[in-house]
Amino acid sequence: MANEVVLLDFWPSPFGMRLRIALAEKGIEYEYKDEDLRNKSPLLLQMNPVHKKIPVLIHNGKPVCESLVALQYIDEVWNDKAPLLPSDSYLRAQARFWADFVDKKIYDIGRKLWTTKGEEHDAASKEFLDCIGVLEGELEDKPFFGGETLGFVDVALIPFYSWFLVYEKFGNFSVEAEHPKFIAWVKRCMEKESVSKSLPEQEKVYDFVALMRKKFGIE
Amino acid sequence: MGDVKVIGASLSLFCCRIEWALKHKGIAYEYIEEDLRNKSHLLLRYNPVHKKVPVLVHGEKPVAESLVILEYIDETWRENPLLPEDPFEKAMVRFWAKYVDETCVISAWTASRTKGREQEKSLEAARESLEVLNKLIKGKKFFGGEIIGFLDLVVGTLPNWLKFLEESEGIKLFDTKELPFLHEWAQRFTEIPIIKGSIPTAEDLINYNRDHKKAE
Repeated sequence: MANEVVLLDFWPSPFGMRLRIALAEKGIEYEYKDEDLRNKSPLLLQMNPVHKKIPVLIHNGKPVCESLVALQYIDEVWNDKAPLLPSDSYLRAQARFWADFVDKKIYDIGRKLWTTKGEEHDAASKEFLDCIGVLEGELEDKPFFGGETLGFVDVALIPFYSWFLVYEKFGNFSVEAEHPKFIAWVKRCMEKESVSKSLPEQEKVYDFVALMRKKFGIE
Repeated sequence: MGDVKVIGASLSLFCCRIEWALKHKGIAYEYIEEDLRNKSHLLLRYNPVHKKVPVLVHGEKPVAESLVILEYIDETWRENPLLPEDPFEKAMVRFWAKYVDETCVISAWTASRTKGREQEKSLEAARESLEVLNKLIKGKKFFGGEIIGFLDLVVGTLPNWLKFLEESEGIKLFDTKELPFLHEWAQRFTEIPIIKGSIPTAEDLINYNRDHKKAE
């Protein structure tokens, strides 16, 4: 059976970037489709009727939605190359826990940095840096969260780096100044082609956010 | 391999799942009750990041977050598997488990904590999500098929909790006429030996809530 892979995505989505990285790491050929989220395609609505969101991984016509679910699917189906999850069940649980932490914290808090003002904004700034600190602590002296190579947590987290210009400008902080070890980890990830080719330029994301703020009437 | 402890809080929707999974696989464990208003050093040591229950401790190694714990249990003790073997089927179960926690539970919770327009929006989202679950279980004995699986444990206490919310907050979300398949599933689920007697009923939750309100 032909191995047909389609990725429904939106270029600035960190969740979509996760799947781009995983597919590249495993050398999987796929068709990339960029969605216009203000005018969702019939394919997207058909493949993700529940949430109508991207990313959606379509493998031989069958859709897998939710980026961490799709990441695990990719890891399980294409298990011959570049494993993302370790084989030890305890280490797998830790990886899932930290990927879940990234999901629960980074996107929502990051979003507050460019959509809110005043007390809520300042609290978000502090919380964002705290979360980076917690993640930095978890990394310890390992080159990657996955150990010697990129793992599940690395792939889940590194896409947000493309949003760091947005977070730092609107959050009014420098991640490198507060957490240099974290940025060292970022640089190691960005040296990998699978990562650098999957992330858009920070300036491009910044311009996108500036446009969104105008649209939503945020000053 | 090491002994197994579960740190939980009685009547917690998320803690039951863990005990059921262990019982389903015949794994002996020690249950430690946590007072969430006065968190123990044990909890803070084993779950410093979120400081929440449930936490599974396997030979001194802690695992937190109920869905992560369920997967750990399923991978560590392979008898009576909770997840299907096929990667696509597994992905579907994981998708729906997330849906229950992030859509059904959160919208119902928000509806119970808000008023006015925000409550209306949450109620609508909750009702819609429950209809989706109702459709999902239609024609099936359990979410796992002929026997219970991962998703059954995740949905678990939801119907009882929703009935409790109706009593305590006056919001009606679990209408047996509107959700007949989910209602029938709940009746079958609560008859299962490892579930029966250990699932918090709406009455248990109501009594607990009333007793705690008195204490404040």
